[in-house]
Amino acid sequence: ANDRDYNEKFPYADNHIRTCKYNVFTFLPINLFEQFQRAANAYFLVLLILQLIPEISSLSWVTTTVPLVMVLLITAVKDATDDYVNISLNSITFYSFVLQNEKWMNVRVGDIIKLENNHFVTADILLLSSSEPYGLCYIETAELDGETNLKVRQALTVTSDLGADITKLVDFNGEVICEPPNNKLDKFTGTLYWRDNKYPLDNEKMLLRGCVLRNTEWCFGMVVFAGLQTKLMQNCGRTKFKRTSIDKLMNTLVLWIFGFLVCMGVILAIGNTIWEQKVGRSFSVYLLWDEPIRNNNVVFSGFLTFWSYIIILNTMVPISLYVSVEVIRLGHSYFINWDRKMYYIQKDTPAEARTTTLNEELGQVEFIFSDKTGTLTQNIMVFNKCSINGKSYGDVYDEFGHKRTACVDFSFNPLSDRKFKFHDHSLLEAIKMEEPSVQDFFRLLALCHTVMPEEKNEGDLVYQAQSPDEGALVTAARNFGFVFRSRTPETVTLYEMGTAVNYQLLAILDFNNVRKRMSVIVRNPAGHIKLYCKGADTIIFDRLDPSNHVLMNTTSEHLYEFAGEGLRTLALAYKDLDENVLEEWMKRLLYASTVIENREEGLADLYEEIETGLMLLGATAVEDKLQEGVPETIACLTLANIKIWVLTGDKLETAMNIGYSCNMLRDDMNEVFIISGHSVLEVQQQLRLGLMAHALEPELEQVLLETACLCKTVICCRVTPMQKAQVVELVKTNKMAVTLAIGDGANDVSMIKTAHIGVGISGQEGMQAVLASDYSFAQFRYLQRLLLVHGRWSYFRMCNFLFYFFYKNFAFTLVHFWFGFFCGFSAQTVYDQWFITLFNIVYTSLPVLAMGLFDQDVNEANSHRYPSLYRPGQLNVLFNKRQFFLCTLQGVGTSFLLFFIPYGAFCLVARDDGSHISDQQAFAVIISTSLVIVVSVQIGLDTYYWTAVNHVFVWGSLAVYFAILFAMHSDGLFSIFPSHFPFIGTARNCLTQKSVWLVIMLTTVACVMPGLAVRFLKTDLYPTLTDKVKGT
Amino acid sequence: MGKAKANAGPLARRPDNSAFKQQRLPAWSPMLTAQTVLPFFYGMAIVCVLLGVWLLVTVQNTHELKVDYTHTGSCDKCFEKRKDRANANQSCNCTVVFNIENTFKGDVFFYYGLINFHQNLRQYMDSRDDGQMIGRNKNLKNPSSYCEPFIKDKNGLPIAPCGAVANSMFNDSFTLLYHSAAGSRVVPLFRKGITWYTDKNVKFRNPQVENKTLTLAQVFEGTGQPLYWQKPVYDLDPWDRNNNGFINEDLIVWMREAAFPNFKKLYGVLNRAIEPFTDGLPAGNYSVLISYNFPVEYFQGRKEVVLSTVSWFGGQNNFLPVAYLVTGCLILLLAVILTAVWWKFGEFSVDF
Repeated sequence: ANDRDYNEKFPYADNHIRTCKYNVFTFLPINLFEQFQRAANAYFLVLLILQLIPEISSLSWVTTTVPLVMVLLITAVKDATDDYVNISLNSITFYSFVLQNEKWMNVRVGDIIKLENNHFVTADILLLSSSEPYGLCYIETAELDGETNLKVRQALTVTSDLGADITKLVDFNGEVICEPPNNKLDKFTGTLYWRDNKYPLDNEKMLLRGCVLRNTEWCFGMVVFAGLQTKLMQNCGRTKFKRTSIDKLMNTLVLWIFGFLVCMGVILAIGNTIWEQKVGRSFSVYLLWDEPIRNNNVVFSGFLTFWSYIIILNTMVPISLYVSVEVIRLGHSYFINWDRKMYYIQKDTPAEARTTTLNEELGQVEFIFSDKTGTLTQNIMVFNKCSINGKSYGDVYDEFGHKRTACVDFSFNPLSDRKFKFHDHSLLEAIKMEEPSVQDFFRLLALCHTVMPEEKNEGDLVYQAQSPDEGALVTAARNFGFVFRSRTPETVTLYEMGTAVNYQLLAILDFNNVRKRMSVIVRNPAGHIKLYCKGADTIIFDRLDPSNHVLMNTTSEHLYEFAGEGLRTLALAYKDLDENVLEEWMKRLLYASTVIENREEGLADLYEEIETGLMLLGATAVEDKLQEGVPETIACLTLANIKIWVLTGDKLETAMNIGYSCNMLRDDMNEVFIISGHSVLEVQQQLRLGLMAHALEPELEQVLLETACLCKTVICCRVTPMQKAQVVELVKTNKMAVTLAIGDGANDVSMIKTAHIGVGISGQEGMQAVLASDYSFAQFRYLQRLLLVHGRWSYFRMCNFLFYFFYKNFAFTLVHFWFGFFCGFSAQTVYDQWFITLFNIVYTSLPVLAMGLFDQDVNEANSHRYPSLYRPGQLNVLFNKRQFFLCTLQGVGTSFLLFFIPYGAFCLVARDDGSHISDQQAFAVIISTSLVIVVSVQIGLDTYYWTAVNHVFVWGSLAVYFAILFAMHSDGLFSIFPSHFPFIGTARNCLTQKSVWLVIMLTTVACVMPGLAVRFLKTDLYPTLTDKVKGT
Repeated sequence: MGKAKANAGPLARRPDNSAFKQQRLPAWSPMLTAQTVLPFFYGMAIVCVLLGVWLLVTVQNTHELKVDYTHTGSCDKCFEKRKDRANANQSCNCTVVFNIENTFKGDVFFYYGLINFHQNLRQYMDSRDDGQMIGRNKNLKNPSSYCEPFIKDKNGLPIAPCGAVANSMFNDSFTLLYHSAAGSRVVPLFRKGITWYTDKNVKFRNPQVENKTLTLAQVFEGTGQPLYWQKPVYDLDPWDRNNNGFINEDLIVWMREAAFPNFKKLYGVLNRAIEPFTDGLPAGNYSVLISYNFPVEYFQGRKEVVLSTVSWFGGQNNFLPVAYLVTGCLILLLAVILTAVWWKFGEFSVDF
């Protein structure tokens, strides 16, 4: 395998990953190419090209180029900075090839490489040997899945013998056959063929790119996947791009506007044709050069006019729209990140908006799908109760009904965990009596798990558990005298009541969501072989030996009680195994685990086979406390008319208990219907009767949905991760409502990805949910703030922003339409070209951005106090097609007044010194000044929350407008570029006229007052809740 | 985002408690209450109405007189003559008589007006070279391509001033006569000072040459006159040598393109230093002697002479006072409606 020449023959990917998409030279072309793939940018490029054609160029190319270049520049800078971060990440380490150092990018599949402590793993590597005994090595996978607990990887025994012997490693000529590259971080199936033997390979033997080697001096490995084929890379960019409903609406509207634009173009083109026919033809004596017109080809003239007007009117969809929207969303995301009220002090975790594109949708959520464990609850597990051999332990009340206050004293055990508390002394007594079943119970807990112990100082044990349940159980066993002290791949060492006992670990039958159980097969020092199994009660009970019938009944009664108290339960069982049976089974296991295809199924069948005829030991109950503020949050969100569905894998009783404790089910809801049939028919019948669900068969989906939506509360229990996603998908597709999924574990990932918005709780169960999510924070209760404050504001701001933005551009652009009727439809612009260039990006961009970023209609306290304020977002009333129509109307009206009032006032008027002022340039200055003032006044009226920033931006924009106006019309600029600044002196000569200001004032009043009156009437006649709250 | 900050510690990632980041910036939240909106509406209504009345009164004191001379009186024959392009070089003079009933007090301005002449067509407006008109020697001999096809004359010489705007310059000239009992006399008009200061002194300059002794004709040597012109640019004003070339004021006035097809342009200002015009134009009989050159029949246009006085807010303008009055009344109406609604439905109360 370490033969490069041989490996070169195969088309393996090299390790040169361009995580940085660009380098210095390719940046410009590649980035530009990517940017022009966006429809909007391409559209503007086409416009630019159109403007270069002199016959139709109604605007100088500058007017489109300047905004386009600015937009491209901003985007390019953003891309470049994103990329720069990637570059710095990519050049951290060099890797050391055997005997020679190489750069990362030169690593090829089949190379054998040496990694040192704290180095990043450079590719997906098969671990061959390491400095630690048994070929163990420790890795941290924070870069991959965010989990920071150390994980152990172990080389095959045969390869770990190679050690650090370079010559042997060089001679290593094994061959790896494995699955094709995929993105499953936790699965690997492959087989190593070496010296005529087959060895199974699984994830335990792989070091994936992105991991960091820890606590291991060195290790050797063979590269299996490199470059883009690594799992890390395969995982990149697969997240589905989510878009908000506002986004979709915006795109539709932009299309409508294009349609509108074309209509306008056609009207004006027809106008031009008629005008040329009737008037223009006779006027052609002054315009000799128009070939087509000279030939009386008026239709061709109309055709050219169409394109000219498309160019002029293109500002109806300004290029700055998309950029502004992005900026506003980014700002809102930062506000979420910066919010101290969503910062969890205990864990030093601020809220994080991981996507910046969904903010306003947070204000429109109608359905929340919540996981239970770790989301509603803390997921800090405390071993609370147990049932051993038909006897229940752990009640806080003794048989006389007195509350037990004294905790069990574990001082006899020097290795105990001091934080552990237990109130029932009888259990310790039972241990001390050396009851075999109790001993076996705790032995099982100490043996059957995947926890890693860490013992920094003698007796100072810390468990690194992937699931908090396991941690709690192992800790319980530790305190009751069965201390799990250390493990190697083949042994587990316990300290049973102070004496070290070594168990030989023969097999681990690991846990997954389908099996819902885990087993270990061990040989104790006396040579007996035992299988210990723990898992969900239903699963275990199905596999019990019939002789356990009585015990099973008592235990399941206990389990029912436990679950009724909201505890998480597991059943424990064991089985004695015969040496011969095991040996034969192990052979088949070895075979099954080397198969590449269907290995999973094969193994599952084998496991199934041996996990039968179990002897019941008892059951554990682990308490998972509710998170702070959960009931209040749920109550508040319910008031905001958000439906909360809890989807949990727990048992029905547990789920219902949680439902009561977090206020979802209340005592006054006496009609709690439970549907738990298993067959399709059964469920169907039950659905007709009542509520709550258990089935997702296609034909039942509709019934389920309908009934579920009639309910106040829906709790789905016993659902698998896939079903969670199905439920979300069902609601998402059928209800046309915005859905939000919140969860903390890997089992919630599919649901989080399916929902419109996925929220991850960074809790106990690692980071997968957070990594898949759009927003993340540490506590469920922050959801209220995220939705009712941030979401509401985002939605409100975005709607106001869009309304104003469209209005502004209609008012700005349609003046050209009216002017068309006076200038022979010749596509003459009303404004100065520079004004057209700068209007959207300089004169009016900042005030509306400030409004989009800072505006608040009601403050946060009131947002919490009146949850119904959230309603408008769900009904989508602040910006929809009707609102768009209204803002179009307002824009058209404003443009009409903007044009015709100055027209009426100036078409035949002289200055006070008699010289005329009705020329086109003066007219342009008057209209553009009126326009800027009108839209500034309008933004002033639309802004509800005037911060200093708003003041600076609004007044500043006006000041900048006048400053630029006078600068552009100055003598100096004209004398340098006479043909680019022909407006010399117009501003001076116009704006010193009283009549001009009279007209500007009249225009402003006429444009603004009707809107103001309508708004006042609306708040007076049909006050919304927002108005009422504001009025208080 | 969300990257760990450099300062370590248990609360290293805690967001800053600044008013900006916590969205607690001090702010002013104006409210649309009846107490603010209604007085504002009434106030605006009163302001508009008062302004309207004031403007109306002011406008009543201004005078304007329009005389259409397209084919009025003796101009009819000129009109017919100009129909035929072959007669372009023949001069044609005609007279239009009119009567002023009330004295035009104050400064009186003499305009010529054109109806239905589209100075605002895109191709027309673009057809000029400001670089040439500012007197750049480079552009003088080599005008911008925007001037096409009025860029070279039939001899291949570059046209100065080039382009369609200059080419179509209005070339009627007027003499205003006052017929009093004492006999007829010419009304004295200032033919200078009729442009914007910036136009005359910045935007339009004659070409600069080092040799100051050269005459304007020599400066413009090597350029042709616009196709429709009868005189070269350096000879536009035969009486005032300093009013020639690109800084000829009639040319400057013409080059400031009108925004609408009906427009008037300043021709002259009454010289009030001479009796009997010290107070303005006295009432009486007047006639205008017109050198009728500009053909309008091609585009169904009309020509007129306008005499007007101005007020503090410019020339006679009936639109503005009326518009103010109408707006004021509408706002008043709105205010009354709003008040009625507010009275009837009252302030809302917060009830949930």
